[in-house]
Amino acid sequence: MLAVALGREFQFRINRAEAWPSGGFPQGCLTEVFGPASSGRTSLMLAAMAQAVGREEVCALVDSSDAFDPASAAAAGVALERLLWVRCGGNAERALKAADLLVQGGGFGLVVMDLADTPIETARRISMTSWFRLRRAVEHTPTVLLVVEQQPHAKTCASLTLEVRRERVAWSGTPGCSQLLRGIRVHVDRRKPAPAAAISFDARWL
Amino acid sequence: MFAAIHGDGDAEKLLKLAQEFSPWVERTTADTVALDVDGLERIYGLPQEIAAALARRAAECRLKASVAIAANLDAAVHAARGFAGVSVIPHGDEAKFLGSLPLTLLEPTPEMRETLERWGIRRFRDLAALPELGLAERLGPQGLRLYQLARGAGDRLLVPVDEPLHFAEETELEYPVELLEPLAFVLARLLHSLCARLTSRGLAIAGLRLRLLLENRGEHARALRFPVPMLDASVFLKLLHLDLSANPPPAPVMRVWLEAEPAKPRAAQSGLFIPISPEPEKLELTLARLKSLVGDENVGSPALLDTHRLGAFQMLDRPRPLAPAQRAPTPRPLAASASLRAIRPPRPARVQMASGHPVHVQAEGVRGHVVSSAGPWRTSGDWWTTDPWARDEWDVALSDGALYRIYCEQGRWFVEGSYD
Repeated sequence: MLAVALGREFQFRINRAEAWPSGGFPQGCLTEVFGPASSGRTSLMLAAMAQAVGREEVCALVDSSDAFDPASAAAAGVALERLLWVRCGGNAERALKAADLLVQGGGFGLVVMDLADTPIETARRISMTSWFRLRRAVEHTPTVLLVVEQQPHAKTCASLTLEVRRERVAWSGTPGCSQLLRGIRVHVDRRKPAPAAAISFDARWL
Repeated sequence: MFAAIHGDGDAEKLLKLAQEFSPWVERTTADTVALDVDGLERIYGLPQEIAAALARRAAECRLKASVAIAANLDAAVHAARGFAGVSVIPHGDEAKFLGSLPLTLLEPTPEMRETLERWGIRRFRDLAALPELGLAERLGPQGLRLYQLARGAGDRLLVPVDEPLHFAEETELEYPVELLEPLAFVLARLLHSLCARLTSRGLAIAGLRLRLLLENRGEHARALRFPVPMLDASVFLKLLHLDLSANPPPAPVMRVWLEAEPAKPRAAQSGLFIPISPEPEKLELTLARLKSLVGDENVGSPALLDTHRLGAFQMLDRPRPLAPAQRAPTPRPLAASASLRAIRPPRPARVQMASGHPVHVQAEGVRGHVVSSAGPWRTSGDWWTTDPWARDEWDVALSDGALYRIYCEQGRWFVEGSYD
């Protein structure tokens, strides 16, 4: 299991740790993280990548819409020299193929497929066969396959589904005068498995 | 057992001829080469047959050469230089066999030669018949050496030619090949041959150079460099196939030339507690496949540039494995930072301002009233270059629920990305 994010500044508070004690992403499985824009999906993704490269693993990011910001990643603690970045120019089909190649190639600790900016209609058109193929490819490997999107689409192929939403935006200073964007408070709910025993992470970036 | 070939042709041809039979070849003089033929009896049989094979091959190469075989290296060399045709010197009969040769073959110094001539010594047998002790007293170590050579009892070791390693294979096709699949068969044969040659020398391949001679008399050249030396013909074939798929030759291929750059093989010791990382061969193949899928410039490892310009980065070829000395024992602590999702290129926007603050933002896919904003953050840089930049940045929360970074540069507004 992979620890999602642990750190002094970027902390995850596990509300019900007994239901999900390891608080991480399962290896050899497909994990979905979904939520709307500015909900904190990218922060969660970068935290996972920082943890993986911190353990000297090599990460791969399949960036469907070329939205990755290396400066943000470096600031989040991602060692960029341990990251393979594949830019797919807005083509979700290419992103799927690239993720498949990376998982089949093996040796990556974390493979992230970022479909967060892919239109929902396009993401919905991804066939279940493709998701099954990805799930089968990552099975029995030490790789964590993380898919970031706006809505969950992998359905039964995902072993873990997390919904991310923003609780509030943290501003400081006087509005209209010296206001400063401090960060966002992010809430993570587990939707699968066992939605009844869902766990909430309170991810706060300040 | 040693063989010597003496010819009056091209010295390089003699050398190549000898190298066809043995890897241990000495360039004795400009017109004579010697080679170690131990083990060749398993292929050719008796020494006479080895000598005959050498002579036959020399004739095929149109070289006028004399061949000699002996248990002693110098005896073989002198016999090849002194007798025409094929000579096989039986072990122990060297002195008798070489007896009729003139002393000039031993290349004595002028003084020594004059002395020996005054003594009436003109042939090997004359010198070999002299008493060894007396000769050593009168002519010293040099005379003793000539005496040993004349008796065919020299103890010199073969000094093999240290030729620069060159691994290349080529083939001419019977008919022009247009498709990649049949060309792959040809490449596979050349690669297997190259890999076998390198394996026999304990080497691996650090790079491949492919040259295709085309039907229109043009040439199509490709070069592949590998981050670590590898020796897997199937991986090379896949990489060449992917490269040629992305950069196909413009005309049918008539001739294929493939050269390998040799390197010492990679020695890696894996361990139970070493973090997982892609195997170099598989990573190379995966990168090649990804590049053929999304393009060369879209695959790599990002690296930040030493500038304050936002969004400035470069793409390196591949992730760099950390050297053991670089490895940190504990993971790096996470630092607080804004996570921006970039919009590339920045999207032009229309921004309404009121009291110096943005109140409405509209761009492709972005539209809403500004709920809250922070800024402006005035930044500039590179004013000393031809590409300066200066802009006012704003962080805005829109009514659509998202947080954006917008900026104004030279009176034009752009949406740079969203905070996520």
